[in-house]
Amino acid sequence: MPVAILFAVTAWAAFAPIEAASREKVFEIPKGTWARRMSGDPVEILPDHIRLTLGVQDVLLLRNLDDVPQIFGPTLMMPGQSFRLPFASAARYDFACTAHASGQMTIVVDPFPANPWQRLRWRVLNWLEQRAAARPTATSSPENRSEPAAAVEQ
Amino acid sequence: MMRFIPLLCLLLAAARVDAENLIAGVFDPPRDAPELSIPGTHGKELKLADYRGKVVILGFGFTSCPDVCPTTLAVLAQAGKKLGELADQLQVVYITVDPQTDTAERMRKYLATFDPTFVGGTGTAEQLEAVRKQYGIIADKKEFGSKYTYAHSSYTYLIDRAGKLRALMPYGHKPDDYVHDVRLLLSER
Repeated sequence: MPVAILFAVTAWAAFAPIEAASREKVFEIPKGTWARRMSGDPVEILPDHIRLTLGVQDVLLLRNLDDVPQIFGPTLMMPGQSFRLPFASAARYDFACTAHASGQMTIVVDPFPANPWQRLRWRVLNWLEQRAAARPTATSSPENRSEPAAAVEQ
Repeated sequence: MMRFIPLLCLLLAAARVDAENLIAGVFDPPRDAPELSIPGTHGKELKLADYRGKVVILGFGFTSCPDVCPTTLAVLAQAGKKLGELADQLQVVYITVDPQTDTAERMRKYLATFDPTFVGGTGTAEQLEAVRKQYGIIADKKEFGSKYTYAHSSYTYLIDRAGKLRALMPYGHKPDDYVHDVRLLLSER
């Protein structure tokens, strides 16, 4: 019986079409983030690794809802401003980013999972990513909390 | 007069929809591109206000850059050629991150190898740092004995005819992508 269930789940993962509720992967800097950082509360919003998939979720949408300009990913964003970056090519994009302790942010854009093996792989990676996101977030290093400067190096 | 207002709104909305179709990453709402006030390679002060009515592509780099800058500038030169008659409505502005080496004359000669219409910006370390801060650009100097290089922001900004910082084109895009976006921005009134 467990084997049959495993087979059914694997078959679903390999053959069911992949859809996302939105093409956009959204990250927001909440209001008050800068104040929290200034009071010593480490806040990291943007992960240092982001995975996107062409044709499924291939647009990065960043929003600064805070009251001060913020370096967010590759760019400087004003209060209330959003930045919408679509990707059209499957590739690895490395952005140097001082907001991360590693000094770098990587966006991996995978090709559209067109065959069963790719769909299965995509779903496994997606599941692992969701599990990782559910864990407590890492903290940024103190020297990077307030400096509004970031970079892109691809 | 009142009956024209819906039509006007429709036209404005249509222009905005086009802008959302940019290949580059789009800022919403766009902010005014911070003004420049640094020495230019054209022999006078480099000011973005001088290019109102044109689309400006703004990049940062240095003349000794081994890969990112020559690639970006070659792509922009090709994009300019592909724009044909519209090319005179595009201005490429490239600002150095290396004040130690990049004099205005060196920048001018370097940029001219790609396209003589490109305008460069230079200045003191303090002036250039202030510009980078306003645009969220970094330039990390890495020294190797007597030599050095810079890890720097590799994207370019697209500034519309009204001087608004509209979009950011990541490194690696093809000339056709720039042509697409410049045409869209030029189509706005």
